[in-house]
Amino acid sequence: MAKHHVTTTVNGDPVEYLCESEQTLLDCLRDELDLIGAKEGCSSGDCGACSVLIDGRLVCSCLVLGVEAEGKKVETIEGMAQGEELHPLQRKFLEHAALQCGICTPGVLVAAKALLAKNPDPTETQVRYWLAGNLCRCTGYDKIVRAVMDAAAEMRGA
Amino acid sequence: MQERVKKPQFDVVGTRPVRPDGVDKVTGRAKYGADLKMAGQLVGKVLRSPHPHARIKSIDVSKALALPGVKAVVTSKDFPEQPSEFIPAGEGVVNYRDMTNNVMAREKVLYEGHAVAAVAALNEKAALAALDAIKVEYEVLPHVIDEMEAIKPGAPILHEDMITTGVTPPPTKASNISKRVEFNLGDVDKGFAEADLIVEREFKTKAVHQGYIEPHACLASASEDGSAELWVTTQGHWVVRAYCAKLLDWDISKIRVTSSEIGGGFGGKTVVYLEPLALALSKKAQRPVKMVMSREEVFKASGPTSGGTVKVKIGVKKDGTITAGEAEITLQAGAFQGSPVQPACMCAFANYDLENVKVVGYDVVSNRPKVAAYRAPGGPISTYGVESLVDEIAEKLGMCPIELRLKNAAKEGTRAAYGPKFGPVGLIECLEAAKDSDHWKAPLGPNQGRGLAAGFWFNIGGETTVSLQLNEDGTLTLMAGTPDIGGLRASLCMMAAEELKVDVSKIRPIIADTSSLGYNFLTGGSRSTFSSGMATVDAARSIVKQACGRAAKLWDIPEEAVTFEDGMIRPAGENAGKHKPMSLSDIAKVAGKTGGAIVGYAAISAQGAAPSFGVHIADTEVDPGTGKVTVTRYTAIQDAGKAIHPSYVEGQYQGGAVQGIGWALNEEYIYGEDGKLQNAGFLDYRVPVASDLPMIDTIIVEVPNPRHPYGVRGIGETPIVPPMAAIGAAVRRASGVRFFELPMSPPKVLKAMKAAGKA
Repeated sequence: MAKHHVTTTVNGDPVEYLCESEQTLLDCLRDELDLIGAKEGCSSGDCGACSVLIDGRLVCSCLVLGVEAEGKKVETIEGMAQGEELHPLQRKFLEHAALQCGICTPGVLVAAKALLAKNPDPTETQVRYWLAGNLCRCTGYDKIVRAVMDAAAEMRGA
Repeated sequence: MQERVKKPQFDVVGTRPVRPDGVDKVTGRAKYGADLKMAGQLVGKVLRSPHPHARIKSIDVSKALALPGVKAVVTSKDFPEQPSEFIPAGEGVVNYRDMTNNVMAREKVLYEGHAVAAVAALNEKAALAALDAIKVEYEVLPHVIDEMEAIKPGAPILHEDMITTGVTPPPTKASNISKRVEFNLGDVDKGFAEADLIVEREFKTKAVHQGYIEPHACLASASEDGSAELWVTTQGHWVVRAYCAKLLDWDISKIRVTSSEIGGGFGGKTVVYLEPLALALSKKAQRPVKMVMSREEVFKASGPTSGGTVKVKIGVKKDGTITAGEAEITLQAGAFQGSPVQPACMCAFANYDLENVKVVGYDVVSNRPKVAAYRAPGGPISTYGVESLVDEIAEKLGMCPIELRLKNAAKEGTRAAYGPKFGPVGLIECLEAAKDSDHWKAPLGPNQGRGLAAGFWFNIGGETTVSLQLNEDGTLTLMAGTPDIGGLRASLCMMAAEELKVDVSKIRPIIADTSSLGYNFLTGGSRSTFSSGMATVDAARSIVKQACGRAAKLWDIPEEAVTFEDGMIRPAGENAGKHKPMSLSDIAKVAGKTGGAIVGYAAISAQGAAPSFGVHIADTEVDPGTGKVTVTRYTAIQDAGKAIHPSYVEGQYQGGAVQGIGWALNEEYIYGEDGKLQNAGFLDYRVPVASDLPMIDTIIVEVPNPRHPYGVRGIGETPIVPPMAAIGAAVRRASGVRFFELPMSPPKVLKAMKAAGKA
């Protein structure tokens, strides 16, 4: 069967790609568009390493088909920094040492950005429950939660 | 904190700069195992056994090879047979016969998921079709999963030539017990005779997986001239190179291995699975081959750590003095020999200064994936038993668990049952810090309880090479060879900056490939900050020496008459003040004219690794309606020797503690009667998530290691040793029930509470 032609927007850029019917959005981002920031940790929606936003909604891109991105706005980790300026979440993750190996970090950052868009002043418990879909095996989440809370505080002040 | 050595003043060490590899990791730019692409690359896939134990009667790959897009197929025939020899490697030994038979099954498949063939094809679809087209004829054999079942007479035997070692006289018949080890100190019979109270218990732990979020992945590219490049996520690319060269019978010099960024390892990425297959496929296809495991493959075919059975007996006087400790530790090795039973035995009573100790260990094979190292391999299992029993003894004696431990704590001069006498160690300091902590004194709520346990890991050094280049503008480039799992590059740059008195941001580090730097043993045994740090300091001091030599040349004075102070090279002695001091940058600018590039190089075998002790405090709340255990507060206290970058030291404490919380409460390999793993995914193998946990408080104790230039001890492994017993003790106080088996998952806790009339 012929491949599908998909026209979509990724991090504000108009893009097109060809994909198979069964190809996931994650595979399309990584293999067709060379956006390798989203990671495949489980391909079953359990680890959150492939988190991206579609029209502002947080999804596991391994559970979305490439064809479903047609006409949508996709945001990935690659679109988070503005030019040379890191997003406050990215900066706070570095300052708080909220990453060790870093494989979960893109997904966690995308998820945290989605949280702060909905709720600029989350409690620790709200941060923990929102990020419950993003597995991190290195940090024990302590510094991640602190970095998100600190970034939220700074963004509210800004 | 006790001051054992004069505390040096540091400018950089002990501060918290942003890590040099950080920006790439928060922007998605960092490249991990699955993130590299090469022109013309093929997709490699592995055909795996559906049976836990079967004889391979035949493998027919002809139909697969005939399919369109299929470029190569390999089976065990493509890998030479290896002799069975035990070769020392870091914390354990390797056996190449087992290794080759594990990466590709030969006569038998020994666990569900055991590789039997691999294919390379144009795309994933074609590769999967090829796997379907391979015909394997099996003769299914009876299987055995549990380690205690595997040692019973009449159990299915995995290896017909396995004769237990360490037993005299040697057995005449094959069994599933690969070896027996024994450690003795003093006379336990005498010790038990002196005891007022003797308590004896049996503990069980389940196999648990390291659970790194990044699956195993590599990209191999072999060329027509017999050379090959390999990009791989690993804890040790020199080790991968050695293993692949051996398994393929290729020259080491022809394989260039580059370690990608590594998405977690915890010991699990110290061995090879896909790498030799990818190289062999690439050689056959003459195209690059990329292989990535699925999560199911990671669970079924890569190493978890052992489950085991630990029998512990401790004798104690009324005043709390422990008179004897005895343990028998039986660990699952998986399908091939090599459980961490030796380190499990070494750790068992290492927390204590005892006169009489006997520890016996058994290494047992069964139809499970071959275990791999997991953070302090073996230590958490034996320590769970011993520390749980110590807690029970404290309860029986009506003593504070900290006081009981302080009374018996290992200290400088203590002889460990496995041989060495400890130098300066920080267990007493950790226990005192626990006693003084706010956490230990804080009130508890209803259904809550508090527990505490100690832990130990011995740590290693080993072969390490570092190169440090002084660039023309005075900046520096650092090449290390121990893959950076959690902040190593930051720590190494800080140590170089400390030595050279330069701004840490002026040093850029890389993890060099195997053709660019001398041999490095892997990142494991908590050795990388210790060993690569030691080599970095050596390399930096070499740069200072060379720079002083260049200045001496320029000033035309003897080299001995030049000193390096506060980052400046100055004439000293009778020449003091006669020449304008020069910075390293000044020297760098004239390096070309004064003798060429200035490069510090250190190729060492790092000696003097020192143990790290830790003490964890856990508060738990047990729901009497559901049996669910929630950790409500947690403090990890540990001796770091010297914390180079305290944030990443804290991170190790926190991460290890949380892996231990998972081990204690949720995680386990669950097998069906059919010998197949029932929970090979993150939904059913549940690692802790953010909403399960409180903040993990940390206290860094610093009792310097006198054999490291900055006092560093390895700290990565100890944090996973105390949690299981600490949580067990907390659950005991919260629920009134003492548990002897992990995990303490809700159904088990509820059942036990009901049986005890507590729920």
